[in-house]
Amino acid sequence: MTKQKEHLFPASGMPASQLLAWVFIIGAGVLFYLLPNSAIAFIMFLASFLVLYKTPAAPLIKLPVAALWLCVIMPLAGLQNTYYLGVVTQAGIYVALAVGLNIVVGFAGLLDMGYVAFYASGAYIYSIFATTQAANFIHFPWAHFPISGMWFWPFLIFGMLIAALFGILLGFPVLRLRGDYLAIVTLGFGEIIRIVLNNLDKPINITNGPQGLTPIQAPALFGHILNQPLDYYFIVLVAILLIIIVARRLEVSRIGRAWAAMREDELAARSMGVPLVKMKLMAFAIGASFAGAMGVIFAAKQTFVDPSSFTFMESIGILAMIILGGMGNVAGAVVGAVSVVVLQLQILKQLSDYLGQLSAEGILNIPSQIDPAKYERMIFGLILILMCIYRSQGILPAKRRLASWWEQIRTRGTKKETEEGVDAARS
Amino acid sequence: MQLRCKSLTFFLMAALVLVVVGLVVTGCAPKANVIKVATVTPLSGSQAAVGESIKLGAQIAVEEQKDAFTKLGFALQLDPQDDQADPKVGVDVAQKLIADKEVLGVDGHYNSGVAIPASEVYKTDNLTEVSPANTNPKVTDRKYLDVNRICARDDEQGPFGADYAFNTLKAKNIYIVDDKTTYGAGVAQQFEARAKADGATILGHDGITAGETDFSAVLDKAGSAKPDLLYFGGMFPEGSLLLKQMRDKGINATFMGADGMDDPQMAKIAGNDVIGAYYTTAAGDINSTPEGKAWADKYTKEFNQQPGAYAVYGYDSMNVLLDGIKKAIADNGGKAPSRLQVSQAVRATKDFQGISSKVTFDDKGDNLYAMLFMKEYKTADYPPAVIQSGTAGQYLQK
Amino acid sequence: MEQLLHILPQSLLDGLTLGFVYAMVALGYTMIYGVMELINFAHSEVFMVGAFAGTEMLLFLQSRGYLGTMPAPVALIVALMAGILMSGTLGVLIERIAYRPIRYAPRLVPFISAIGVSFFLQDAVRLIEGLWKNAFYLTAPSLFTSVITITPGLRVPAKSLIVILAALIMMLALNIFVTRSKWGKAIRAVAQDKETASLMSINVNSVIALTFFVGGGMGGAAGTLFATQYSLIDPYIGFILGIKAFTAAVLGGIGSIPGAMVGGLLLGILESTGIVILGFATHGAIGIEYKDVLAFVILIIILIFKPGGILGEEVREKV
Repeated sequence: MTKQKEHLFPASGMPASQLLAWVFIIGAGVLFYLLPNSAIAFIMFLASFLVLYKTPAAPLIKLPVAALWLCVIMPLAGLQNTYYLGVVTQAGIYVALAVGLNIVVGFAGLLDMGYVAFYASGAYIYSIFATTQAANFIHFPWAHFPISGMWFWPFLIFGMLIAALFGILLGFPVLRLRGDYLAIVTLGFGEIIRIVLNNLDKPINITNGPQGLTPIQAPALFGHILNQPLDYYFIVLVAILLIIIVARRLEVSRIGRAWAAMREDELAARSMGVPLVKMKLMAFAIGASFAGAMGVIFAAKQTFVDPSSFTFMESIGILAMIILGGMGNVAGAVVGAVSVVVLQLQILKQLSDYLGQLSAEGILNIPSQIDPAKYERMIFGLILILMCIYRSQGILPAKRRLASWWEQIRTRGTKKETEEGVDAARS
Repeated sequence: MQLRCKSLTFFLMAALVLVVVGLVVTGCAPKANVIKVATVTPLSGSQAAVGESIKLGAQIAVEEQKDAFTKLGFALQLDPQDDQADPKVGVDVAQKLIADKEVLGVDGHYNSGVAIPASEVYKTDNLTEVSPANTNPKVTDRKYLDVNRICARDDEQGPFGADYAFNTLKAKNIYIVDDKTTYGAGVAQQFEARAKADGATILGHDGITAGETDFSAVLDKAGSAKPDLLYFGGMFPEGSLLLKQMRDKGINATFMGADGMDDPQMAKIAGNDVIGAYYTTAAGDINSTPEGKAWADKYTKEFNQQPGAYAVYGYDSMNVLLDGIKKAIADNGGKAPSRLQVSQAVRATKDFQGISSKVTFDDKGDNLYAMLFMKEYKTADYPPAVIQSGTAGQYLQK
Repeated sequence: MEQLLHILPQSLLDGLTLGFVYAMVALGYTMIYGVMELINFAHSEVFMVGAFAGTEMLLFLQSRGYLGTMPAPVALIVALMAGILMSGTLGVLIERIAYRPIRYAPRLVPFISAIGVSFFLQDAVRLIEGLWKNAFYLTAPSLFTSVITITPGLRVPAKSLIVILAALIMMLALNIFVTRSKWGKAIRAVAQDKETASLMSINVNSVIALTFFVGGGMGGAAGTLFATQYSLIDPYIGFILGIKAFTAAVLGGIGSIPGAMVGGLLLGILESTGIVILGFATHGAIGIEYKDVLAFVILIIILIFKPGGILGEEVREKV
């Protein structure tokens, strides 16, 4: 429908803006390549993906550009500035988590506030075996701990399986619960997992409790040890690509449609023959398995895990990402995760560094009580409020396919209105 | 659709302006010969008070040394960073510091749990780190060239406390509570091991949650076991409340804590109940020496608050660091040294006289002169009196 | 076993005291949830601000020397007033700024906005206290120090009695206000159906503002009592307590005022007595550190059998 209209009204300014978009995308890429230490170039480089996503062009043109940016320019600039590579890798892990949580919350409409538990289970399953920890309770003559880095790859699968198992475990008791009751139970589940991890250092030392596990073996591939920032960047990149492809395929599959039906109206879905139990458990299991795999990667990258990385606030943070990005939308989850991480790690830190610098040079006199480094969280809170008020649908609102052919006819030409209408109806 | 396109165009125009601004800003070359030293401590969140005092201590050191560096031809700058007491944030900050080539040294972290993963990052470029407060053994046991600490270790502090409790206080029945954090559980575990080895009976060992305020469950349980002494591994907000509630419940066991209790707030929170409480700490009585007293006065005057226990450690760490940088500059013929050179110079620190103690690093990066002090509140005033002290090394858990 | 019986009375009393603190905070969650179907995540910070306002008032009285001369209950009431007014106003402000513009947005949006408010308030209080007092830990002067010793094993601190008494009065008053008064009727009407209520010439916006004032005020009172009970407050006290109180509210049946009380008490007793009993039953294998696990496991079990909480109404689906 909309495609046609673009042709009908070429005077709407499309070509000019498209040209500008391409200038921006290429300009940002070149700029970041030339100035890998510039914060502004870095942020523009990230923004160029959003512009690329929004630009109406054939995927055949867009995909190679995105690939070039991700696989060539980012690594090249990242070799110059490992911090940005770290930021992007960190953002990447959250992207994968956000896409995974989006399956549970956005697609299936099940509010999960304990998502980080699955992430933790993946991280711990690898950490226990990739440190000397496992030797505390496994005494086989043939078992040597830490296991070799080659095991990282099978452990990605183990991590997924364990997390999926936990997902189903959580799924069963909450099948009958809805909305906010679900929220508190999932919250409780997340806390239970964290507290148990924190206390399983006795009677048998399994998790080493609050001391955490370190050093965790780095992954290895054909004898090469992959412990450089660039290695993790590519591991995360591949993981995200796979996760996004799976998520998008799921969204448009039978399962995805069943989730959507369940989310919009459970009763109607059930009467249409959607197997609710199976679908709910599936959503929990699939969402959890993504987190499990990312947990394994996180543990290897961090070389240290302890329970304090898996608190309730972490779950809330991921939830905030998908809501800010645009719930129910894979691209929204990606944008949300990247913008929250970049905001916290880059923009706010840069700002407080800059003010701190001014104060260090004596240009500005900031008393220590209002040292800007202390108020990054406060500003982040303010931004959350403002985003909610002024962009409550998220940065990239989910485009819902209208429910019926009839509605498409009825609402032709008032697209904006129906988008809002559909969302209002959901709320 | 019309509206969408317009907003897109607008967005792009704005972005283009940003490009231009970006080019202009980044076009300016950075000023030559800047040396940055960073503090990385929690500046926000519930442990911000301690992190802040370390930062302020370091700030005094940087201000004092600024002129000396200017004479050498370098502009010295302090780069305070916030790790929020969170390992993940700590790693991010470490990566940020690694990428900023002007940063030559780190004064931090505060939490061992944050320092361990962060030092894996520092190691990649030999960025040297002098910790004022990481007491966990693992921090230096990995023998990284760039990881040093000037304070004592938990496997010295725990045994020091245990020996004192058993031998001097004659406590035979001991109950242990910790806050289930890397630090608190770590030191409590070391205490328990030595107390058992000494021959004391451990009646129980329970955990509380940091950030909570009601400890009646654990105290009911501990009180019924009738211990001679209750040992707490954790920080002062929980510890002080635990002590206060313990006395409210009529439990008369002696209270002993570790260096997490070393804060002026303890006496304020627990009031008169604090009298008779013991804690071990790596920080001596700063007012006992004239230099220390002058320093504390300076701090109080400058920042309008009493220095926390670790403020002087932040100061000493920073001075050790700056001293190493100066040596590295000299060794490098007056030119800016590499990070590796700074790491080597810092590790070679020998007989450096700080306010809190002398500093000589061994091959692991532990301070040979690190001292341990047992303090007892005779009155409800901070700081309490030092009743025993000794070099930390002799208590090392075998 | 004997040891257990010995500490049981004291442990139950401690559990009750803690439970009443939870219940008071839970009231704020439950009120606002009942009317708006919104988890007011920022309520924990409203509570924290109330604690600061009450404590500052006590400190002010102390610095002027009034505290020694006036009877302790009067001082407490003055402090409570300060806490209630401050928190109530804050509640209204939060609703006006952070919730009203997104009242009809998807359910989760106000939730994220609330988290934003929470972050903001924590560090804002820290900033203000930092600038003003140069420290962000506050120690409240203790008002009631006497301890009634019933048996050597059972000591009843006066301040615990005050907390229990105050909580009971508050809950009773709130219940009467909601069920008997004209405004309470309006609140219930808005809770049931905003549109129909507005057709009945009820000003929905002012009713919601009132709800936030009452809910916030309850939080402020709880905060002040908390400060006198535990004497140490910092800007981050709300977080854990908020989660606990919210759990209590859900346990009892969110939206129900007696439910909040039942949930709070149950949670308090589980955390104090339940875990001690479990410890003895397992010969020390399960220590106090598992108390939150016990609480959440019981919560999950209760919700499996009663998905609406203990006193909550089970929502029947309309076909």
